[in-house]
Amino acid sequence: MFKVIYTDNQYHLHRSQTALHLYCVICNSISKESKSNTNPKTSKTITMKHKKNILILGAGTAGTIMANQLVKEVDPHTWNITIADATNTHYYQPGFLFLPFGIYDEEDVKKPIRSFLPDEVKFIQDKASEIKSEEQQVLFESGKTIHYDVLIIATGSTIDSSEIEGMNGPEWRKSIFDFYTFEGAKALREKLATWEGGKLVVHITEMPIKCPVAPLEFSFLADDYFGKKGMRDKVDITYVTPLSGAFTKPRATQKLEYLLKEKNINIVSDFAIESVDNENKSIKDYSGKEVPFDLLVTVPTNKGSQVIEQSGLGDELNFVPTDKGTLQSKVSANIFVLGDATNIPTSKAGSVTHFQAEILFENVLRFIRKEELLPEFDGHANCFIETGKGKALLIDFNYDHEPVEGTFPIAGIGPLRLLKESRMNHWGKLAFRWVYWNMLLKARPIPFVKARMSLAGKNF
Amino acid sequence: MIMLKELVGNTIDVNEEGFMTDFTQWNTQIGEALATENEISMTPKHWEVITYIQTEYKNNVPLSIRKIGKSGVVDIKEFYTLFPNAPLKTATKIAGIPKPVSCI
Ligand SMILES: Cc1cc2nc3c(=O)[nH]c(=O)nc-3n(C[C@H](O)[C@H](O)[C@H](O)COP(=O)(O)OP(=O)(O)OC[C@H]3O[C@@H](n4cnc5c(N)ncnc54)[C@H](O)[C@@H]3O)c2cc1C
Repeated sequence: MFKVIYTDNQYHLHRSQTALHLYCVICNSISKESKSNTNPKTSKTITMKHKKNILILGAGTAGTIMANQLVKEVDPHTWNITIADATNTHYYQPGFLFLPFGIYDEEDVKKPIRSFLPDEVKFIQDKASEIKSEEQQVLFESGKTIHYDVLIIATGSTIDSSEIEGMNGPEWRKSIFDFYTFEGAKALREKLATWEGGKLVVHITEMPIKCPVAPLEFSFLADDYFGKKGMRDKVDITYVTPLSGAFTKPRATQKLEYLLKEKNINIVSDFAIESVDNENKSIKDYSGKEVPFDLLVTVPTNKGSQVIEQSGLGDELNFVPTDKGTLQSKVSANIFVLGDATNIPTSKAGSVTHFQAEILFENVLRFIRKEELLPEFDGHANCFIETGKGKALLIDFNYDHEPVEGTFPIAGIGPLRLLKESRMNHWGKLAFRWVYWNMLLKARPIPFVKARMSLAGKNF
Repeated sequence: MIMLKELVGNTIDVNEEGFMTDFTQWNTQIGEALATENEISMTPKHWEVITYIQTEYKNNVPLSIRKIGKSGVVDIKEFYTLFPNAPLKTATKIAGIPKPVSCI
């Protein structure tokens, strides 16, 4: 039990005999609520039971899963859980891949954030503007300040087209598009519907990007889309990547490059873009290479949230330095990082976030109990790769093991095939949307799929 | 798969892509020989970049082209002039450190 004294906008907590529940952690709302009990000007004290605060920044995939998990285990008499997001809409980002081709509608990919959060969790729609790790406070755009005992950063990553000269120039959203945002994917749908063909360039600006296979999938789906429209012969598709091949891991690269060839998609690799020439419609790289386009579909530089930069907590791309095994930040012991916001060397993907969440959840509980953290996260990633014409590939890998062929999730049985095209994999990819909304976000266990990668059923 | 490779009188461990797998085996002579293999003739500026890369590697800092561009040693344009085509790959190979994980 604690006693709260209000002096010059500050709160000091003291032990006291009487109890009164203080549920609210927001200084602003404390001042509002406390008005009925005390007059701040006179420094009159009120007594109340003080609860500790877990604050989650970002209510996307990562934050939502964490809120659902923590609420089941954390003692509600001792802890408040608060989650804040700049918006009140949750986007199903994997659906942005399908939106431009009219496979999904707008309604398929957006739902209210609140409907995925448990009632016991306090949701605040506000944009964090600064994290003050020394003071254990987060400042918000509205002027609120929230104190935390444990902070979970889940602010994801976003695209920044201003990183490359000319990218968001006069041709932006005319002949230069992205599909990594809801608006971008929608604008591209309009463009594709009336486009008469020419040179389509699908391009990755620099690594890392979230869902690194999405641009490849986009190329495959474009091949299928224009084929069905009876105009594939009018479209020349080129895939341009800063990597040395279609993918970073050798066996998957081999497989994917074979597919590109089969679908008549050209590949330009080791392309480090320097600028976009709006007038002549071409992209140029530092070594002097040039690729002309009529329609450029690019994935601009992916960066962590601005609040990370403003707080001085990130690397050169605003990703937070994080321990790759425990998911504790390197900034401060009571700050943890989940999902795309980390700098750990694995894919930025919803499936990865889901696996991380299991490990992080355990470590947050351990931290609260003052126990040693476990370096359990193995980098596990599991991604469907849509290859068009109703088929997909599936890859499963971690820090140490590259994607190989085999069966998943049940060794020797499947029903999914690893690193092989199949219809079943395609249905798996489409079913993922249902799994995402109904199981993944709510932190319900997904049958047979474990946080740590299994070596069984794989042909190494 | 790790293979043994003979280079200027030293035996080094390399992977299938030719990246050294044991940095402790590296010395300037080996660096020079690896550069020649990759058609780079080393100048003091090249060495400055290699030293920077090795220091970052020893401090466990993940490397990227952007990071090197912001290092104050070279900008991205110069980095490409010094190590044409795939500069990060070539420079890390010469520096005797593993190929940077470009985060997949
Ligand atoms: C086109 C595309 C296709 C994809 N396909 C797949 C796929 O097939 N499979 C897969 O597993 N993954 C896929 N992904 C990746 C997946 O969507 C992300 O990895 C996942 O959403 C990461 O979750 P997150 O919570 O870290 O970030 P997000 O879900 O992006 O959430 C971050 C949240 O933080 C909020 N936020 C940011 N800054 C602030 C601030 N300052 N204050 C308050 N709130 C803030 C944002 O509003 C957002 O709601 C795809 C992504 C894209 C773009």
